[in-house]
Amino acid sequence: MSDKTDKTDQQQRLSVFKTYKLYVGGKFPRSESGRVYEVTDAKGKWLANAPQSSRKDARDAVVAARKAFGGWSGATAYNRGQILYRVAEMLEGRKGQFVHEVAEAEGLSKSKAADQVEATIDRWVWYAGWTDKIAQVVGGGNPVAGPYFNLSSPEPTGVVAVLAPQESSFLGLVSVLAPVITTGNTAIVIASERSPLPALSLGEVLATSDVPGGVVNVLSGRTAEIAAPLASHQDVNAIDLAGADDVLAKELEIAAADNLKRVLRPQPVDDWSAAPGTDRMTAFLETKTVWHPTGSLGASGSSY
Amino acid sequence: MPTNTPTAADALTDVTASDGSLRRFLHGLPGVDTVGLEARAAALGTRSIKTTAKAYAIDLAISMVDLTTLEGADTPGKVRALGAKAVHPDPTDRTTPTTAAVCVYPDMVATAKAAVAGSGVKVASVATAFPAGRAALEVKLADVRDAVAAGADEIDMVIDRGAFLAGKYLKVYDEIIAVREACGTAARLKVIFETGELSTYDNIRRASWLGMLAGADFIKTSTGKVAVNATPANTLLMLEAVRDFRAQTGVQVGVKPAGGIRTTKDAVKFLVLVNETAGEDWLDNHWFRFGASSLLNDLLMQRQKLATGRYSGPDYVTVD
Repeated sequence: MSDKTDKTDQQQRLSVFKTYKLYVGGKFPRSESGRVYEVTDAKGKWLANAPQSSRKDARDAVVAARKAFGGWSGATAYNRGQILYRVAEMLEGRKGQFVHEVAEAEGLSKSKAADQVEATIDRWVWYAGWTDKIAQVVGGGNPVAGPYFNLSSPEPTGVVAVLAPQESSFLGLVSVLAPVITTGNTAIVIASERSPLPALSLGEVLATSDVPGGVVNVLSGRTAEIAAPLASHQDVNAIDLAGADDVLAKELEIAAADNLKRVLRPQPVDDWSAAPGTDRMTAFLETKTVWHPTGSLGASGSSY
Repeated sequence: MPTNTPTAADALTDVTASDGSLRRFLHGLPGVDTVGLEARAAALGTRSIKTTAKAYAIDLAISMVDLTTLEGADTPGKVRALGAKAVHPDPTDRTTPTTAAVCVYPDMVATAKAAVAGSGVKVASVATAFPAGRAALEVKLADVRDAVAAGADEIDMVIDRGAFLAGKYLKVYDEIIAVREACGTAARLKVIFETGELSTYDNIRRASWLGMLAGADFIKTSTGKVAVNATPANTLLMLEAVRDFRAQTGVQVGVKPAGGIRTTKDAVKFLVLVNETAGEDWLDNHWFRFGASSLLNDLLMQRQKLATGRYSGPDYVTVD
């Protein structure tokens, strides 16, 4: 047999297509509606069918996120840090897959896509380091006129809906998702409408990195359709509108006002790889202040 | 209604004459087609109930809830809170119907009675050494009399599963008759079979007929204290039993699934079962109840969703 025949045999092998699924409550369901939509690469070539989530998928995701909130926010900051670092470890192992998906989704060369993926992994590590440090930065002791220790400490806001950026399908996604869960919130993230595949694959990574089910829930589909019920949902505590255009952002902000949700308005980002700062973490933190009596001041004016 | 017993007995007098005849009758009931029963229950569970029908179903389900607290840790304060919730399930929306009853242990009946006074909400009390039912008959009857004297409108008794599984059907029958008498005219009697402990569907069918022959006003699936409680299949089976019993004797008996029904979706499935099996006559809280506690919050959240168009959350209903 000649080499030529061997080659033909290999080319004839049918590749196995991946069924992309949602990631909700630690499981990989299809959309409740049974719908899918076509995802294409930057040039319009078909890549895969992604689930097109309905409002009921959004509702289920909220239930899962609420259920996970107690455990995740109650975990020690150190433990959360370890788990987020583990996400970076898992990503490192599947780098090739993500480079491929990001390159196709965003029309980048392989080396540019690799840069993006590496920046994304580094971002997980960066946020993993913040879990047990954010309290020292935004909390602290307050000087008060009285015999009290007065301490403020940051607490997670709760269930946060995140509209991932439309353009940067992976680095942008992680740049808005990681700060939300770093501080103990749980998240429902709506993947980029045009290129949801890296986000859906991220679900598989999260499922294998000790992140408890429900802490991150990934939905794909029409951003406006999924975001509307989340914005008006009474059991969602905050919403990050990074992936909404001006018109949608305004609508969602009005809907979110009903139960006084925290809203993070979309801000133009030129370069997702720039140092992110702590703003995205502090946007979804509440401050708890406690007054602790120090005892009587004593004759000398001090109890020490 | 205490008049049930003579009427039922007239039609089936010979059946309860002796242990042997009762056994012949109960074992002569047609065997249950397990696969068919479960398939039927599952098929009826797929009905889509939307918009106005859903609103109707939610209000009906709320009006059928026996709001239950049966914990060792029940305090008078908790029972009062439960009573207040039964009277006004959603304080922000006074169009919400009241629940059917609150269900408590006998020593809490007086407290519950005071909490729901004047509202039309009934007080149900479990009795007869609930949930195990392992006590002497005299003790069980004293338990019942105590609850009735404290003002209970309904008594939820447990059958002696040990005697039932040992085949002593007449003992179980006599015990229900005795409790029925202890209830007097003041209280309706619900008979709990604890279907999770009866092992087979055939046994559930036999227990249903046994309870109805003995004059139960309601037959109830379970105590909520074992692993398997109300399921669509065992409730469907009991609904078939009350339907057949009425066809044969003219006496209508109510059904109460209890335990494990937590969501509006589940409750609506049960209502579909009722409508399709027993019929519309049972779609009323005089003839069908849900024994539940957390179900009510989910019904209220769904009700708020229908009213406002927004998904509600647990922050907007009371914590029990």
